[in-house]
Amino acid sequence: MVSTTHQGRQTSAAPVASEPLAIELRGISKAFGPVQANKDISISVRKGSIHGIIGENGAGKSTLMSILYGFYKADSGTVLIDGQEVQITDSQAAIAAGIGMVFQHFKLVENFSVLENVVLGAEEGGLLKPSLSKARKLLKQLSDEYELSVDPDALIENLSVGHQQRVEILKALYRQADILILDEPTGVLTPAEADHLFRILDGLKEQGKTIILITHKLREIMDVTDSVSVMRRGEMTATVKTADTSPEELAELMVGRKVLLEVDKTPAKPGAHILEVENLTVVDDHGVTRVKGIDLNVRAGEILGIAGVAGNGQTELLEVLGGYQNGTGTIRLNGTELDLTGSKSDGQSRRARGIAHVPEDRHDEGLILEFAAWENIIFGYHHDPEYQKNSWIMDNAKIKKIAHEKMERFDTRPLNELLEAKSFSGGNQQKIVLAREIERNPDLLLIGQPTRGVDIGAIEFIHQQIVALRDQGKAILLVSVELDEVLSLSDRIAVMFDGKIMGERLPSETDERELGMLMAGINNGADGASEDA
Amino acid sequence: MQAMPKWADAVLIPLFSILLAFFFSGLTILAIGKDPVVAIQTMVQGAFGSTNGLGYTLYYTTNFIFTGLAIAVAYHARLFNIGGEGQVMLGGLGVALVCLAIDWPHWALALPAAMVGGAVFGAAWAFIPAYLQAKRGSHIVITTMMFNFIASALVGYVLLNFLKVPGSMSTESAGFPVGAHLPTFHDMLAPLGIEFNKNSPANISFLIALLAAFAFWVLIWKTRLGFEIRSFGASDTAAKYAGINPVRITIIAMMISGALCGLMAINNVMGEAERLIDNAPEGAGFIGIAVALMGRNHPVGIVLAALLFGFLYQGGAELSFWEAIPRELVVVIQGLVIMFTGALDNMVRAPLEKLFVLMRKKEA
Amino acid sequence: MDYITILQILDSTIRLATPLLLTCLAGLFSERAGIVDIGLEGKLLAAAFMSGAIAYVTGSIWLGLLAGIAASLTFSMLHGLASITFKGDQLISGVALNFLAAGLTIVIGQSWFALGGRTPPLSGAGRFGEWNLPFSDAMAKIPVIGPAYDELISGHTALTYVALLAVPLSWWVLYRTRFGLRLRAVGENPSAVDTAGISVVKLRYMALVITGILCGLAGTYLASLAAGFVKDMSAGRGYIALAALIFAKWRPWYALSATLLFGLLEAIGNRYQSIAIGDFVIPVQFMQALPYILTVVILAGFIGKAIPPRAGGTPYVKER
Repeated sequence: MVSTTHQGRQTSAAPVASEPLAIELRGISKAFGPVQANKDISISVRKGSIHGIIGENGAGKSTLMSILYGFYKADSGTVLIDGQEVQITDSQAAIAAGIGMVFQHFKLVENFSVLENVVLGAEEGGLLKPSLSKARKLLKQLSDEYELSVDPDALIENLSVGHQQRVEILKALYRQADILILDEPTGVLTPAEADHLFRILDGLKEQGKTIILITHKLREIMDVTDSVSVMRRGEMTATVKTADTSPEELAELMVGRKVLLEVDKTPAKPGAHILEVENLTVVDDHGVTRVKGIDLNVRAGEILGIAGVAGNGQTELLEVLGGYQNGTGTIRLNGTELDLTGSKSDGQSRRARGIAHVPEDRHDEGLILEFAAWENIIFGYHHDPEYQKNSWIMDNAKIKKIAHEKMERFDTRPLNELLEAKSFSGGNQQKIVLAREIERNPDLLLIGQPTRGVDIGAIEFIHQQIVALRDQGKAILLVSVELDEVLSLSDRIAVMFDGKIMGERLPSETDERELGMLMAGINNGADGASEDA
Repeated sequence: MQAMPKWADAVLIPLFSILLAFFFSGLTILAIGKDPVVAIQTMVQGAFGSTNGLGYTLYYTTNFIFTGLAIAVAYHARLFNIGGEGQVMLGGLGVALVCLAIDWPHWALALPAAMVGGAVFGAAWAFIPAYLQAKRGSHIVITTMMFNFIASALVGYVLLNFLKVPGSMSTESAGFPVGAHLPTFHDMLAPLGIEFNKNSPANISFLIALLAAFAFWVLIWKTRLGFEIRSFGASDTAAKYAGINPVRITIIAMMISGALCGLMAINNVMGEAERLIDNAPEGAGFIGIAVALMGRNHPVGIVLAALLFGFLYQGGAELSFWEAIPRELVVVIQGLVIMFTGALDNMVRAPLEKLFVLMRKKEA
Repeated sequence: MDYITILQILDSTIRLATPLLLTCLAGLFSERAGIVDIGLEGKLLAAAFMSGAIAYVTGSIWLGLLAGIAASLTFSMLHGLASITFKGDQLISGVALNFLAAGLTIVIGQSWFALGGRTPPLSGAGRFGEWNLPFSDAMAKIPVIGPAYDELISGHTALTYVALLAVPLSWWVLYRTRFGLRLRAVGENPSAVDTAGISVVKLRYMALVITGILCGLAGTYLASLAAGFVKDMSAGRGYIALAALIFAKWRPWYALSATLLFGLLEAIGNRYQSIAIGDFVIPVQFMQALPYILTVVILAGFIGKAIPPRAGGTPYVKER
């Protein structure tokens, strides 16, 4: 396994005596059953600074902040606010201690007005009117001060995501929070909205507020924080001044080894066009246009990687191709057009045409967690004649046998097809999905976030499988928000921003910086969107 | 990692829930100044002590197998069908219309026809709420509940205006022709030399109910349709990903549910009353909820739970006769069973899970 | 149809709408807090029984009222125990409570009074008296307005006026007070309430207390009106109230109109066995089924969509 490098660097964590500490955590530990989510964590954050906490998914960042906000009780350890030890037993206590939290999924009542949401839980007296008019005044004042303008009478459901986030910040400020925690705040924002958010945070910092920014994006840490703590598998591996570190160093601390996972692969030998997409547009259930007339193609024997910040239309692109959602435009597979609406546009029809789909969301789409592994391994292909005894009855014994073989080939552990999917680890669950999709020998594999929530050991195996499929001459469309993954796996990279393809690059001729610009919607090159490889 | 082995989940939890329900039922009997032990003796004696009692017990059991299976089919698709009562009523109408349509020469001809009639009417009554749920998003619980009342009004209207024998005082249809009378246990067992009470209502429908339970098992766990129903029930998003049509599954699952409810009418309308009477289901559609919950939506569990409720119904009748404890005691027990096996599941589950975790820790 | 007949029908509309209105408002508080309550019927029945029994034993309908509220509250708290504390299925809990009420009222009633589940008839102070509003006798002589005042507005029992007052009061509580804001919030997005530092559990229990009290009033009204408890006397009113609640889109003033409409349908159905419009005869069964049919139509979204509180029916579990 990976050698731990923690406790290697705690040097610059020691605060200077003249700067008072806003928050100090000492030896916080928290376990959920056998899982140690936080292990003996200590952090100090100076007043009036922006402190970043960075780590991979599942590193324990959110658990730590939930403890600070009173959602969980730590098994051990103490919390000091402004030098005083406090007992944060519930959210009420956290609010009283001056802590405000902006959750990743907003905690807003959709059909309430902005004012009502701001006031909720912090009303003064039994009647609403005085509180509402007080909040209205304060909102006016805050919006002038910090670029936090929102219409106080608008309903939340009619606001953009960026504006909803402002309401969350206003909620905290209305409660006179001095410490503001933001959990992955830019995950759902456009780059412009994110920039605006960072300006707001800077303004708050100047007013003496302390801000904790939780993220897994290195760029944000480098851009806005004063100091940063790195978490890995429940442990704090380092706390450093941002100015003294580099993204490379942080990345290494996050993962525990050199991150730029080099995938062993030979140069691609692209063949015929398998997938051709022209002018594809997707409007979601809420009437928002998610994909705005994109063109792309994938050839046999190549991996096209789609890079982009989450929420820029990649999900919907995969969903339309996989038959999960309707769209308009033209999609051709091996030269024949696919239906984008109607009964022949569902997942079943797509599979029949030779499209396999590893969805982004393994738990809600890719698997049925309560079903046994053998049932999951035919899920979506359960109409296949191979699995039937006769026109009605399925051949369960045969399916179990096939499932066992597939799981064995994909090194799934434990190798027991009778276990429910939920009792496998993330990596092994993904192997079950991959075994199902890849083993069908599809012409085109759609694969979204292949290694999200997957343990490091399994990542390599999964990457190898994807490359192996490519080498068999199959076309692969990869979507990942992990830029490293896209860079190391793809033979060609398209960057999506705001529902459009900002540009295409070859991995050998680009770098993180350039792709990052494209992901932010900035295109310096004069390339057309439908550039052919 | 699961907190509990599968067998504990399937057997131990329902068992504890039922024990709790019975414990509180016992308290109720004590509270009204009666002896629970005597009450149980009376009930067992009344339900199993004679072939007459046994016949009634099995007659009720038959009803509850049908409705229990019906609720369970819908539940596998995560649809809570509380419209069983209305679907049984409509099924009764269907069976009655078939039985009264011609002068049937023999029950062996009348029975399949009546089954079709009952199933089609029951399924049709379930179709509308299913369609509204699938296409318009109206909550199936509320619509099926409303459809119970609408069914009652509709069947009452048809009965009063079209089926009632002119001049008769009671709101009931004409008696069915002799050729539509189903063989009772007495008729079936006499050739084998087994004496079974002539007046008890248990009839051939019981065997059909058992067949239905077997068919249920095949459907849910062996067929593609069952696979899709269970998939849709476990995760509608995953089902959509797999290309399983939610509208189709919702409608099919509900129509099978309605058809099973409708089939019940061969037992109560055709087998027992031999005419259509007002409010024929007598709550069997609701008891199906308790039976399905207790039977964990598995046919074996459902047959056992139906037998338990059959025993309670027949035993309860005896109780009111001999012990002056009202029949409604059974309704109390039914409420308690639904409460403990359904709504208070976590109350029973949490301590048991803790116990298993503790035991495992000790082993380790 | 003459004027007096119309007045009589309207008068009986108010009588029939009163328990519906109280029950509908009861359901409104519960469902607005995110607890679906199909156990209204059971609470109504339990309250009717206990109020009837205690009013008979003590000779006072007011003590009966207290007992009715206590019975209904007990059921409401059981619902809370199952659906809030143990995070169970709210629908199943409601179904169970309806059975418990249907069974217990008879089992206890029979052992108590030995009248087949009935209570002995109530009389005198064992029932609510009709309140004659000031000048009703004097005004009765004034044509048109007089009889309307005398028949319609005056001469109901206290609970009818309580029910009517409960409508603006409910509206005020829901939309003008801190409690109302929190109650509505917890039915829409309990995690917003939780992260604001307010107890979801406490709020939901408080909503169920209100539900219990209002159902207690409704049940007592039934027992007083019928001068005693009889088996299954709620006769599906809990379900009609639920239908009215959907019809009313979970709003207090709409609840008043919905229950008045359903009360009117029942009043007409009670008075006429069938209604002939030209050659076409509307059967009485159709009138009986009409509230349910209308509710299904509303639910299907053919006439304006009824959107229930978003968090309804799901127990609140903190996210990890």
